[in-house]
Amino acid sequence: MANTIHVDVVSAEEQIYSGEAEFIVLPGVDGELGVYPRHTPLFTQIKPGAVRIKLPGQAQEEFVFVQGGFLEVQPTKVTVLADTAIRATDLDEAKVLESKKKAEEAMANKDAAGNIAAAQAELAAALAQLEAIRKFRNRAG
Amino acid sequence: MAGSKEIRNKIKSVQSTRKITKAMEMVAASKMKKAQDRMRATRPYMEKVFNIVMHIAKANTEYRHPFLVPREQVKRVGAIVVTTDKGLCGGLNTNILRQVLTAHKEWKAKGIDVDYVAIGGKGLGFLQRMGGNIVASAVQLGDRPHLDRLVGPVKTLVDEYLAGKVDEVHVFYTTFINTMRQEPRHGRIIPIPHQFRTATGEVRTAELSDGTWDYIYEPDARDLLDGMMRRYLEATVFQMVNENQSSEQSARMVAMKSASDNAGKIIQELQLIYNKSRQAAITKELSEIVGGAAAV
Repeated sequence: MANTIHVDVVSAEEQIYSGEAEFIVLPGVDGELGVYPRHTPLFTQIKPGAVRIKLPGQAQEEFVFVQGGFLEVQPTKVTVLADTAIRATDLDEAKVLESKKKAEEAMANKDAAGNIAAAQAELAAALAQLEAIRKFRNRAG
Repeated sequence: MAGSKEIRNKIKSVQSTRKITKAMEMVAASKMKKAQDRMRATRPYMEKVFNIVMHIAKANTEYRHPFLVPREQVKRVGAIVVTTDKGLCGGLNTNILRQVLTAHKEWKAKGIDVDYVAIGGKGLGFLQRMGGNIVASAVQLGDRPHLDRLVGPVKTLVDEYLAGKVDEVHVFYTTFINTMRQEPRHGRIIPIPHQFRTATGEVRTAELSDGTWDYIYEPDARDLLDGMMRRYLEATVFQMVNENQSSEQSARMVAMKSASDNAGKIIQELQLIYNKSRQAAITKELSEIVGGAAAV
């Protein structure tokens, strides 16, 4: 318990991750955040992307994909309230590519003007998921 | 054989009642499983949300969200009452509504008015009969409650709070402990309380020091806190309704099980009476025949 920080990642559907970590990287709205133990209190929103959790005493890292949400940092504790969170191992690249294509089509189709914002959000989420998959691959492979 | 036909009819009627209660028991059992899964899945989220807002309440924030500032004088409170839509679930609604009544009397004694929001038909009916001032309601939520149907009624109270019409918002709901036990709960949700009770009954408080620190906000304190508070309300109300739902199904299953068991017992007793009276009639007839033969 010397130099670790407790991390909880929860979404409205389930508890995704709970445990100690040495270092965490999170996708904040103003850019990526790296959090070490004894960080000063911080409260921010996060955007779609990958949360990287470095487990203590292990080279391996845990990846969680979040679809945006809130982040609270306390000196001994990090809590991520995710809108939807998926473990990186559960991400399916084919499905993500498909949703990316759909979102791009919706963007190209200018008739549905009102839906552009939604399509943009979807596209951003799909791109972030792809990014997460790529990162995860690089680590694993 | 006087009365034997009546007894037979009675047995038949109890048997058909048992069939119905048995069926309801099984329906409730299958719904209970799903409702419990839903409720368990959202509990961790709820607890984390609660932890965070309690931390925020302790912090010396640069932007004081209205939810964080307790009002000095409480003249009017809002109360959200979560009950079931249907009956036949034991004492579930009675227990929670008794708490509502007690709280109502206490408030009235202090000269505090109450605005009610009823979630669930039973509570709505009760509050109407009680003469409570109902400002909004949501009934017939179905087996899978949707957040968007709940947000509207709750928002009316929150708007009243922000407008300064009500000074506190309280909730009444039934929390699920296990299939045999459900507990009525009463708590304050606005202003943010300094402690909350988890479903298992343990009391959690924020383990941080008071008002001597603040967060770093990215990007803006106001937007962040507004967003967080909205999430807090949604999560709380959704969780309450989910807890109530699983409590309802469990209570109904248990109530229907005991009803079926009781029906079984009654059938046995009636069968015994029926057999006895039949036997008595046969014996009587036989002895009459024997007596008649002896006389000849």
